[in-house]
Amino acid sequence: MKILDIVDLIKGTVVSGSDNLEKTVDMAFASDLMSDVLTVKTDNLLLLTGLVNIQAIRTAEMADISCVVFVRNKKVTEEMIRIARENKITIIQSPYSMFKVSGILFSAGIKPVF
Amino acid sequence: MTTEKMHFEYPVEGGNFSAAGFPSSQVKKTLKQLNVDGNVIKRTVVALYEAEVNIVAHAFKGVIAVDIDTEKIHIRLTDEGPGIPDIKKAMEIGYSTATPEVREMGFGAGMGLSNMKTNADSLVITSEVGKGTIVEIINYFHK
Ligand SMILES: Nc1ncnc2c1ncn2[C@@H]1O[C@H](COP(=O)(O)OP(=O)(O)OP(=O)(O)O)[C@@H](O)[C@H]1O
Ligand SMILES: [Mg+2]
Repeated sequence: MKILDIVDLIKGTVVSGSDNLEKTVDMAFASDLMSDVLTVKTDNLLLLTGLVNIQAIRTAEMADISCVVFVRNKKVTEEMIRIARENKITIIQSPYSMFKVSGILFSAGIKPVF
Repeated sequence: MTTEKMHFEYPVEGGNFSAAGFPSSQVKKTLKQLNVDGNVIKRTVVALYEAEVNIVAHAFKGVIAVDIDTEKIHIRLTDEGPGIPDIKKAMEIGYSTATPEVREMGFGAGMGLSNMKTNADSLVITSEVGKGTIVEIINYFHK
């Protein structure tokens, strides 16, 4: 599914990587535990998390995650955006909860990792 | 691939979560420039990043020494900290002594050490209680 369409479905705001919206992701993982995220071997994953800090972006960088969705519109800092840009990671903020975003994306055909 | 040997060192500050990940990021960039296989890069930086965060989360300070040659990357993380009394137990998934502050940063699931083992060709941990811990990771570029 195109990132563009994901943004639309979850009423998202793109805060980094607006030039990558034509790219696609097919699988997602939702967690606030970064060590759990780091066990996922799938590349080009969408990460859904309520943990909004630099380490969430660093985790995406190390795990080759191309798109991060932060739920509940939590504030993304300049430093997070800088690191995301440097690594071509798209950051999307959604006003919805983790449960709601998961449900929407699952119904739309995004596949779980496990 | 270069024939030169490369050596890098990075300091790590305990408790400083905002700086954590910079060394791992630098190593990732270097390995990319050397055209190392993407899967090897990911395994290496995931293991390194987990080890780095462990210093930030559990120790006072440390140094990461990275040596790269044509066939492998050798990483040694040396920290000054409380040490690990029972390494076998610490390796178990779910075992963690992380503080609430560390958990708030998204860590403390007790999964880091076992994930490091999965992602390293060789992982050697030595530790002295009350002094510190040394973690050595080796990954080979060609299997
Ligand atoms: N460098 C270190 N110095 C002191 N203790 C350590 C160090 N690294 C690990 N430990 C001990 O081993 C335990 C398990 O480490 P591990 O990385 O598996 O989990 P964690 O760091 O607690 O959580 P996670 O890695 O899932 O975020 C830690 O909780 C801590 O007690
Ligand atoms: Mg850890």
